[in-house]
Amino acid sequence: MKRKADPRILIGTYGVVLALVALIAFGWWRYENFLGLFNVMSVLRYNSMFALVALGMCFVIMTGGIDLSVGSTAALGSVAAALASPYGILQGAAAGVGIGLLVGILNGTLVTRLNIMPFIATLATMLAASGSALLMANNQSVSVSYESGFTNLGQGNLWIFPVPAVIAAVAYLFGSLILNFTSTGRTVLAIGGNEEASRLMGLRTDRIKFLTYTASGGLAGLAGVILAAQFGAGQPIEGVGWELFAIASVVVGGTLLTGGVGSVGTTLAGVLLLGILFNVLNFENGMGWISLSAYWQSVIRGAFLLVVVIIQARLMTRRSQAA
Amino acid sequence: MAEGLLLSMRGIEKRFAGIPALSSASLEIAPGEVHALIGQNGAGKSTMIKVLTGYHRRDGGEVLFAGQPFEVGSPHQAQASGISTIYQEINLVPFRSVTENICLGREARRFGLLDWDSMHAEAERLLQTFGIDLDVRRPLMDFNTATQQMVAIARAIGFAARLVIMDEPTSSLDEGEVAMLFKVIRKLKAGGVSVIFVSHKLDELYEVCDRVTIMRDGKTVRSAAISEIDKLDLVSAMLGRDISKAQGHATAFTEGRREAGATVLSASSLAARQAVQDVSFDVARGEIVGFAGLLGAGRTETARLIFGVDRARSGTMKIDGETFAPQKPKEAIRAGLGFVTEDRKLEGIVPELSVAENMTLALLPRISRNGVVSEARQRELVERFIRQLGIKCSGPNQRIRELSGGNQQKVLLARWLATNPKLLILDEPTRGIDVGAKGEIQRLIRELADQGLAVLMISSELEEVVEGADRVFVLREGRTVAELEGEAITEDRVLQAMAHGHSTQTEEVGM
Amino acid sequence: MTQSLSQTPARSRSHFDPFAFLSRYGTLIALLLLILFNLLFTRNFTTLQTLNVNLTQVCTIVIVAVGMTLVIGTGGIDLSVGSIMAISGALAPMIFLGTIMPVSNIAVSVTAAMVAAVLVATLLGLFNGWLVAYFRIQPIVATLVLFIAGRGIAQVLTNGNLQVFRLPEFQWIGLGRPFGIPAQVIIMAVIVLLAAWMLRRTVFGRSILATGGNERAAELAGVPVNGVKLAVYAISGFCAGIAGLIVIAINSASDANLVGMGMELDAIAAVAVGGTLLTGGKATIVGTLIGALTIQLVRYTLLANGVPDAAALVVKAAIIIVAVWLQQQGRVR
Repeated sequence: MKRKADPRILIGTYGVVLALVALIAFGWWRYENFLGLFNVMSVLRYNSMFALVALGMCFVIMTGGIDLSVGSTAALGSVAAALASPYGILQGAAAGVGIGLLVGILNGTLVTRLNIMPFIATLATMLAASGSALLMANNQSVSVSYESGFTNLGQGNLWIFPVPAVIAAVAYLFGSLILNFTSTGRTVLAIGGNEEASRLMGLRTDRIKFLTYTASGGLAGLAGVILAAQFGAGQPIEGVGWELFAIASVVVGGTLLTGGVGSVGTTLAGVLLLGILFNVLNFENGMGWISLSAYWQSVIRGAFLLVVVIIQARLMTRRSQAA
Repeated sequence: MAEGLLLSMRGIEKRFAGIPALSSASLEIAPGEVHALIGQNGAGKSTMIKVLTGYHRRDGGEVLFAGQPFEVGSPHQAQASGISTIYQEINLVPFRSVTENICLGREARRFGLLDWDSMHAEAERLLQTFGIDLDVRRPLMDFNTATQQMVAIARAIGFAARLVIMDEPTSSLDEGEVAMLFKVIRKLKAGGVSVIFVSHKLDELYEVCDRVTIMRDGKTVRSAAISEIDKLDLVSAMLGRDISKAQGHATAFTEGRREAGATVLSASSLAARQAVQDVSFDVARGEIVGFAGLLGAGRTETARLIFGVDRARSGTMKIDGETFAPQKPKEAIRAGLGFVTEDRKLEGIVPELSVAENMTLALLPRISRNGVVSEARQRELVERFIRQLGIKCSGPNQRIRELSGGNQQKVLLARWLATNPKLLILDEPTRGIDVGAKGEIQRLIRELADQGLAVLMISSELEEVVEGADRVFVLREGRTVAELEGEAITEDRVLQAMAHGHSTQTEEVGM
Repeated sequence: MTQSLSQTPARSRSHFDPFAFLSRYGTLIALLLLILFNLLFTRNFTTLQTLNVNLTQVCTIVIVAVGMTLVIGTGGIDLSVGSIMAISGALAPMIFLGTIMPVSNIAVSVTAAMVAAVLVATLLGLFNGWLVAYFRIQPIVATLVLFIAGRGIAQVLTNGNLQVFRLPEFQWIGLGRPFGIPAQVIIMAVIVLLAAWMLRRTVFGRSILATGGNERAAELAGVPVNGVKLAVYAISGFCAGIAGLIVIAINSASDANLVGMGMELDAIAAVAVGGTLLTGGKATIVGTLIGALTIQLVRYTLLANGVPDAAALVVKAAIIIVAVWLQQQGRVR
């Protein structure tokens, strides 16, 4: 009955890491300065917002749920943070994260108390968060205070590392620790694998689900804080499509959308992979051989997602046949 | 008065949507006793258990656990109080490792974090008490059903429970595994743990239980030491009617065997993947052919080959003498086959559709013209079958999920009968159906055969195969190992073949 | 099998059950109440212009939502409709403006443009269906591919440029008024009626619900499950293609960045509010129409009474939640 770990499963799980390494190697081979400090740090800085949103999404998806509200929540968080930024760095950040947590709590309540399907519940809060952001911002972007040092959260450095990237790295470390070494994390996966069974096994499914939505909201709020700090303004209409980009990253990272299987580390790899694709495109255009407009970015990302999901689907069917 | 009892449930009331599911039901369990809880489907056993474990909130009555009033709001609290439950359908998480499935909810921790090493060791230790040795790091879905069931039991026992509830734990276990389970139950008992044992298999109850509580229509009708009550009393208390009637059902199924006609389907040396290695058999007009075998012997898998759900790797099939190799169910249906599957919920009913829509699902091309369904033909057909099979429903438009299990099964039978098939494959046709409806369905199967239908019946109930079938093929590890006919069909011989691969009077199968 | 939510009595003819009643007719009642409210309090509500404004704004949503209803009926979802609208909207002007190749006869070029745009949209839908049916990719992921790539394709096709035109031969689809009724309303009505009839009375409709209700059972009963899935996604693409044409005809311009933006969510909202079960197996086209009209009228009512658009979004969110919650309460388990 004992079997060796199936190599196909390893490819399914870590393929994204391999692809990431390959893409980086390609960039390093082809472009000068691709691995230069400036380029690396700016890629990290820019993608840390998406990384935070994807982390929350990853936990929600592992329970078998989905959170469509993250983009709007980030926009709302950026507005709240910008409005609170004159009072200080901490106040600004707290406002953004706090309002994100509120949206998350609302999502958690709708899903666990009213038993509304996550897709619909978070679709509604997405609209509500977007509307609230516009109302709070009076339909325009809200510039942040430069005196309080709030912009350091987006533009500053810790030694050579961009502050947002450090924040994202810490968040991922925590996320990974929680998933792999706490009962909360294992319960997240158990719920996604079979919610009814988990409930009957005496696991507190509703509480854990509630927590994942709350965390997702808080992380989206944090992404909003960074957004405001990085671009110097709270932007009520930013964040459109972030939720689907985050879902794409999570899926590319090998997390099953049906829940029960997932990893924090490969989600980060998924975010970076999709982010670096864009970076490579820019470099390629810079070479002057071809000129691909920025519009190609989404085409390439879509094509990439297609390849990944087809490979995953193939692996899954083979596996279920083998079992 | 509840002195010395571990559990006392009295006057329990529970209503769903205003309809009483339990009315003044009671259950009393002494420490260290194995207590059988029996009753027909819908008698209220599961509801009673779910009230106890906090899954349902009771509407009335009192529960004392270890002499204390017991108020739990969730399975989690029940577990923390020392009540562990193993449900009938294996309720574990297939994607996760065996260890996680055993240890979730009471993980070992070191410095606040999970201690994987000691969790793996604990899982291995628990499984070894059943004599099972496996890689606990692998996901649960890599193992077969029986192993998964053992994991579920290991999980329940690992919780150091004072009361373990087993809801039909043996339905997916083979004889050896059942024996192992009983050993574990006795071990639990010796350790002072009480067990509530829900089962439909009467022999098992007498083997392992001390007391029995019988429920009917949401009420407790009798509770006694099992030595004081014989099988017939037990059945009649469950059914709430005369024993002679219950026997009448069995005879209706048994009598009326007649000579078989021409061969409808014959298969030789079928093989596909692992589950089916070498299966040969044939079914003729007007006869019921039984497939006996342990779980995983390849019976359902063979049925799926015949019906074109899976494809055979080698071997041949013939229908009415013509070669037959269906690529999908549609082709099998066209060739005159019908397939009532084992799992009604998963592969049978479409819950949101009506009785009529469910019944005509396989018949759509025939009751429509240019893709438009003829309402008149549908109504005429559906009403006829509702009458003929005695399906209890408010009308053709009632949604099928509102029907009882037995009536759903009849609708599914009608779905295939309406296609006027040559051969009907029935996979566990009476599983999970109450005793009354079971007899009715068995009688119906016999009637259909009498009218010339060829029936291939898979059943894990030895009694059903032995008494119901005209011929029996015994499968073992993907091979047909015996063919029994007429007088030769006895429980003894079938069991022998299932266990050893041959019966005392084996007839060579195939050529 | 979620927890037994419903403490409501079984649906019977003798007892009145408010939850079951509201879950069935709640949205319709809300729509009627909204109309009543507007008749009483909104100025100029009873004018033909008001009717036209509301109908034209809701038409494209309804058309897309009809396709979405069928997809959701099979237990799927289609996130790509907005992007497919953008492709269809980008492609048609390229043909009738002669960007791809000049055609002298205006009738020929307009016909070719419309046919080609809708055909491509249908093929893209078919592609979605192919991913879902043959690769067994979850619908939300499978259609996410075109959601992301589709708008990019439209932008690449037009290089992100606005295509402006003034071409009555084409724009009748958005601006024409045969018998005084806007052409798009007629198209919408035809699509709604056809789909509603099809879902109720045909083998295909029954197959959709069986596939969504219990795919394995349907397959075992000989329902061509994969074919059904291919078809519904193709239909969804077809509907999105038509909606894309209508949108650009109304605007006299095609902007690949904006056409169909957020349409997937509007359509899903209409379907959910209309009472179609999002897990599949139970769908209502008329419900979807009522759902879309209700959402539209709420927005109109708020705007007409001086509430800012942003606040209307919040109200819309509340409506979706209340509608879906009521439907759940009404379901007898």
